[in-house]
Amino acid sequence: MTSNYDKFASVCRILEENNFDKSKLIPILQSVQEEYRYLSEEVMSFISSSLDMSPAIVYGVATFYAHFALKPKGKNIIKICNGTACHVKKSTVIIDAIRKKLGLKENENTTKDMLFTIETVACLGACGLAPVVVINDNVYGQITTEKIAALIDEMTGAR
Amino acid sequence: MGKHLTINGKKVEFTDERNLLEVVRKENIELPTFCYHSELSIHGACRLCMVEVAGKGIMSACSTPPEPDMDIKTNTEHLIEMRKITIELLLASHDRECTMCAKSESCKLQYLARRLGIEEVRFKSVPCKNSKDISTYALIRDNGKCVLCGDCVRFCDEIQSIGALGFIGRGSRSKICPAFERDLESSECVYCGQCSRVCPTGAILPKPEFREVWKALSDEKKKVIIAIAPAVRAALGEVFGIAEENGTELAGKIVTALRSMGFAKVFDISFTADMTIVEEANEFLGRLEKNDDMPMFTSCCPAWVRFVEQYYPDFIKNLSSCRSPQGMYGSIARRIMPEVLGIPKEELVVVSVMPCTAKKYEARRTELAKDGVIDIDYVITTQELALMIEEAGLHFADLEASAFDMPLGFKTGGGIIFGTSGGVTEAVLRNVMNTNGDEAEEFNFVRGENGVREAKLKVGSKELKLAIVHGLKNARKVLRDIRADEKRYDFVEVMACPGGCVGGAGQPVYSDLAVRKRRSKVLYENDKTMELHKPQDNPYVQKMYKDYLEKSGSKKAHEYLHTSYKYRKRFKETLEISKSSLDKVVNVEVCVGTNCLKKGSKKILKRVADGNKFNDAVNVQALICLERCSKGPTVKINGETFEHCTPDSVEDTVKEELKK
Repeated sequence: MTSNYDKFASVCRILEENNFDKSKLIPILQSVQEEYRYLSEEVMSFISSSLDMSPAIVYGVATFYAHFALKPKGKNIIKICNGTACHVKKSTVIIDAIRKKLGLKENENTTKDMLFTIETVACLGACGLAPVVVINDNVYGQITTEKIAALIDEMTGAR
Repeated sequence: MGKHLTINGKKVEFTDERNLLEVVRKENIELPTFCYHSELSIHGACRLCMVEVAGKGIMSACSTPPEPDMDIKTNTEHLIEMRKITIELLLASHDRECTMCAKSESCKLQYLARRLGIEEVRFKSVPCKNSKDISTYALIRDNGKCVLCGDCVRFCDEIQSIGALGFIGRGSRSKICPAFERDLESSECVYCGQCSRVCPTGAILPKPEFREVWKALSDEKKKVIIAIAPAVRAALGEVFGIAEENGTELAGKIVTALRSMGFAKVFDISFTADMTIVEEANEFLGRLEKNDDMPMFTSCCPAWVRFVEQYYPDFIKNLSSCRSPQGMYGSIARRIMPEVLGIPKEELVVVSVMPCTAKKYEARRTELAKDGVIDIDYVITTQELALMIEEAGLHFADLEASAFDMPLGFKTGGGIIFGTSGGVTEAVLRNVMNTNGDEAEEFNFVRGENGVREAKLKVGSKELKLAIVHGLKNARKVLRDIRADEKRYDFVEVMACPGGCVGGAGQPVYSDLAVRKRRSKVLYENDKTMELHKPQDNPYVQKMYKDYLEKSGSKKAHEYLHTSYKYRKRFKETLEISKSSLDKVVNVEVCVGTNCLKKGSKKILKRVADGNKFNDAVNVQALICLERCSKGPTVKINGETFEHCTPDSVEDTVKEELKK
């Protein structure tokens, strides 16, 4: 039996630390996301009830900012830069290769086994290394389809 | 000496106008707008009211305060082109099937496109996916027609304090939706429909039912009876260019029109409004005497009733148990009229005409059904009635007036004024004060436009305190004051729509407040033309009681004329705290609504989430909320709800359950 009590208690603590202040909705959502890794409808409902605001407003704020994730993310997060420099260096080919490798369908960003989530980002500020991929917090420059495939294999093998 | 600014080269005086838009409009220049609504906060989103301010460039007039010596231009070539682009961009992403849109001819986008001379859309049309939300009985939402002005979002939030709709996403992907992009039925919407009234396009509309009514009318095996609400006669004339002072002639024309469409009987909801008053006044006096569940709240507005059921379950007992006039009409029409009219039950089709979208929902409330059969088959709005008249090809303005059918066609002035804010209270006073020997027929002090009006008056030895409220945000404030013991009332009338039923969302769309005021005035003038003014004097109401219902408050009357309410959960979500993998488990649901959380439901959660204590045989969920806020913390264990819980008491109960 696993308990989510600690996570729930953290949400309560976050709300208390912010004095249940409606105007602190964004920092509250940020902290809660750190705890749960994403914002579920259940958690957003709880926050809206606790802050005495309508869930439509909470959901509106959560969908406005790219920072907030509304779906659970995988254990490993692969960020692929698709900024101008990386794009020119054919980052889309890398994206396609990763998707194929992970068996992700269109509109899918997380693998079914919850091991990987891929995200495209606008610019990582490492244009000299284009194309760039960040896996969890490690940066990999001048990536090729072979290299990324090897990295993924390594991670799935090391599971 | 006033302050001055210049508009298109003309020196103009201004005083306390909130923004440039008001100053410009005062000069009889109609700047186009979508998102500017005098009842709502300033949004500044539609960018149509742009003006050129010398030295500052192009600014939106609605969000710019006037300053002395400003030099503004409203119609330069640049502005004209920019407005055109804005409209064209909106049109490019708009479902332009205007001929089939119910809002055609009253659509602001259509009007502005024509007024600004749009001849072509220079942008690629973005296909509008069919995105209709038809989940409720009251409204249809269609994001394919949305211009993102946010009027609906702000009305729902600022005037009704509900916030069922919100902006979702951002940029080109933004849209207006209920929370989590669910359908309206799953949201907190109370169906007042004011969003559809302020919507400039056809993105939110009352859900029509008149097609089904036509079908019933053409079915030879059916007899269709219909009744019109008081407020309908105050507004229908607007569609046909008839401005009548008191609505009497208009009501007569409606009767003629409905008869010629084939309705077997045409009744007046004002009759059952009279009954509502008799029943409700009796209930009120009873409660007042016993000081039971005071203050008493009116229950004739279904949006308000749902609001209480959803947000203030502890006040449900304060609602009058009387059905609304529509509810009473339904039960009398369905259960008594077949005998009176000699129409076999299975042939009867019951229809009502309402100024309201929430009434469509009300008719389907299971609490109003008997043996699973609902009383009223179809509820159409004033707008739908106008459409039916047009469709039937009737020259409405030229129709002769005729009289309503009896017995449900006779009414007093008390039943007529029901349709405006303060009307129910006044009608109740006409009854209550009369019972106490006061002959007064007009109680002007309850009339008016303010969102919360208070009045005091003596009844016998007691001093009655009344509140008349319209708009649900105002209602929320009054409820909070009552709860905090800051205010004490005996009787509270609430209507969800500003102005009461005359301002309902089923009425012809209006944006000028003068229209609503005129409608109220029509009802008060209509009252004056009536022979009788006190509901209890209605001889047909008296006869109805005598023949079928004994007397007000009797067991029979309760069976036919009263109803019940129940708590409606706003949040369906539960947070899973722990889940057991065993087969035989105890289910524990802990309320984490604000009140219970404050009273320590977190500690209870902590205790029960500790699986070791219970051999891992518990499923624990946190939910919002179990409705018993004053008796928290509340916990549901295997379906049974416990109040005033502590970690120890819950642990004991769970352990006992485990032994079973």
